[in-house]
Amino acid sequence: MNSQVPTKQNFTKESLKKQFRLSEFLAEKIISSVAFLSIAIIFLIFIFVFKESLPIFSQGKESVKTEMQQSTASNDKPESYGAETESLQPESYGGVEKEELQPESYGGVEKEELQPESYGGVEKENLQPESYGGVEKEELQPESYGGVEVEPLVAEDNSAATAEVKEEKESSIWDSLLTPDWVPVSENPRFGLLSLLIGTLKVTIISMLIAGPIAILAALYTACFASKRTKEIIKPIIEMLAAFPSVVIGFFALMIMATFFQDIFGYDSRLNAFVGGVAMALASIPIIYTISEDALSSIPKTYTEASLALGANKWQTAFYVVLPAATPGIFAALLLGVGRVFGETMIALMATGNAALMSANPFESVRTFAATIGAEMAETVFGETHYSVLFFIGSLLFIFSFGLNALAEFYVKGRLIKKFQGK
Amino acid sequence: MKDIKIQVNDLSLYYGEKKALKEITMQVPANKVTALIGPSGCGKSTFLRCINRMNDLIPSVSITGQMLVEGVDIYDKNVDVVNIRKKIGMVFQKSNPFPKSIYENVAYGSRINGINDKNTLDEIVETSLRQAAIWDELKDRLGDSALGLSGGQQQRLCIARTLAVSPDIILMDEPASALDPISTSKIEELVHELKEQYTIIIVTHNMQQAARTSDHTAFFYMGELIEMGKTNEIFTKPEKKQTEDYITGRFG
Repeated sequence: MNSQVPTKQNFTKESLKKQFRLSEFLAEKIISSVAFLSIAIIFLIFIFVFKESLPIFSQGKESVKTEMQQSTASNDKPESYGAETESLQPESYGGVEKEELQPESYGGVEKEELQPESYGGVEKENLQPESYGGVEKEELQPESYGGVEVEPLVAEDNSAATAEVKEEKESSIWDSLLTPDWVPVSENPRFGLLSLLIGTLKVTIISMLIAGPIAILAALYTACFASKRTKEIIKPIIEMLAAFPSVVIGFFALMIMATFFQDIFGYDSRLNAFVGGVAMALASIPIIYTISEDALSSIPKTYTEASLALGANKWQTAFYVVLPAATPGIFAALLLGVGRVFGETMIALMATGNAALMSANPFESVRTFAATIGAEMAETVFGETHYSVLFFIGSLLFIFSFGLNALAEFYVKGRLIKKFQGK
Repeated sequence: MKDIKIQVNDLSLYYGEKKALKEITMQVPANKVTALIGPSGCGKSTFLRCINRMNDLIPSVSITGQMLVEGVDIYDKNVDVVNIRKKIGMVFQKSNPFPKSIYENVAYGSRINGINDKNTLDEIVETSLRQAAIWDELKDRLGDSALGLSGGQQQRLCIARTLAVSPDIILMDEPASALDPISTSKIEELVHELKEQYTIIIVTHNMQQAARTSDHTAFFYMGELIEMGKTNEIFTKPEKKQTEDYITGRFG
């Protein structure tokens, strides 16, 4: 049976017996397990992100607990930079002892006598609600250097007191998510997502309005009009833009485009939704271009020939035959572009101004979801409400893009195809 | 031959260096069906595509000689290729309806000519579909996708689409080669009816089809026009030996 030269076999039941082929079996299993693994990983990531945002769903008690744990834990943590009163660690920088206050202490807080030049210092009695970067005495953040605890006893008392205050706040978190105020770091933190949502949508719409037509027209040109040689040059060049690091595009937008557009339009805030949208359009054009070009090129040549034979010119053929026939592919390309803009962090951080404002004006600064996570993730306390809200934004981003794709798949795509290609 | 529609003088076509058509000289009569026969690769489809300049789409093609349609050289520099193709319609070997509705497929040619009036379009669509003898089958499903039709229906739809722009000449490149006998006979009947109004040139591999449908037959071999004449003469007493060998099935 295994001899090199196939010998003639009788057509018997024996020769047709089922065989077990190990290599085939293994290959099949490996391929399917890899596929399932990748799906599982995506799911696990989402579950993790969603899990971290859970505390804002279970209100009150639990978050108080975490607050308590946080405050007590920070007392015992050896790696906390904040100096304790009795046992001063030599490597703690910016640590402040109770008696000898250093004049250059940065963000240091003294109980009795507050220094006028202390920067971001917060007095215990008159706490400013809006103070940015202010260090509250009770919540010692691991990263905050220069924080001072006066006496462990007092600190515990205080943390218990703030826990009560927090409890009142927690109950209103759900309502505050739907307000326009995004003030996560303050005495009275407010986590209103509306302005962030508006900002994200504004940037997305602006960039898609710019990138969509440009990319699709460029794709149409290369697919239907350009000679083979031109196409061989243009396509790789535009695709190379896709490999452009977004930080470079962001930097370009920040330094050059912002000034350029300000000279043209003369608006007030130099970094705004429009600049960010244009920069993100630069990032998403190559994606939309590449995929729609592939979709347009894969339209059978017979359609083009049929149209030309009917006396249509090239433009009519491209617009009335090739473009409608490639609608599903172009739609997928646009969706990928939206996804890119939606999740784009670096350009949003650098070029949109990062101010959470509620306004329809495209020349106002905005703050996007992704940029919010990118900017604030490093400054939150693990397990705190702010932290949970950021993860909630993360799962929102996930749900949005998921919903967008589902909508496209089941509703818009079907209708568009019906409209352009008949029932 | 009275009423000559197309006069071809010394037409040669090159794919790059390769000479695919060699000094073709022939006349195509008006309102008759002319069949082009010959073995595969003999240049009959290439010749057909010369008549409405579809070979312009292939970059490496160069053409010498004259192609006079009603006395006008269509390869003249001042001739607009779009207008030529409006006068000379073409039906392809493989049915290629657009991925649109049946209605839009037929209306497409009129739409690109700037006719957008709903009533006019309705009328054009109905007349064209009737001419292509497919109206009764399709009148209730004009909004459906043309891709859902059977192969024979698709091909007749393509013919209707060609008729909708009211050309003078219709070129058919093996229109029935991928169809079953019933659809083929429908197409042949159609060709027979259409020749009242149009000049038809049809490429076919099927000897019987050529004999049944055409008035004149041209035999191509290796890029040359071997013989051309009335169909019954070509099929009963061909002058050239090669023609006789081919149509009697001795080669090809």
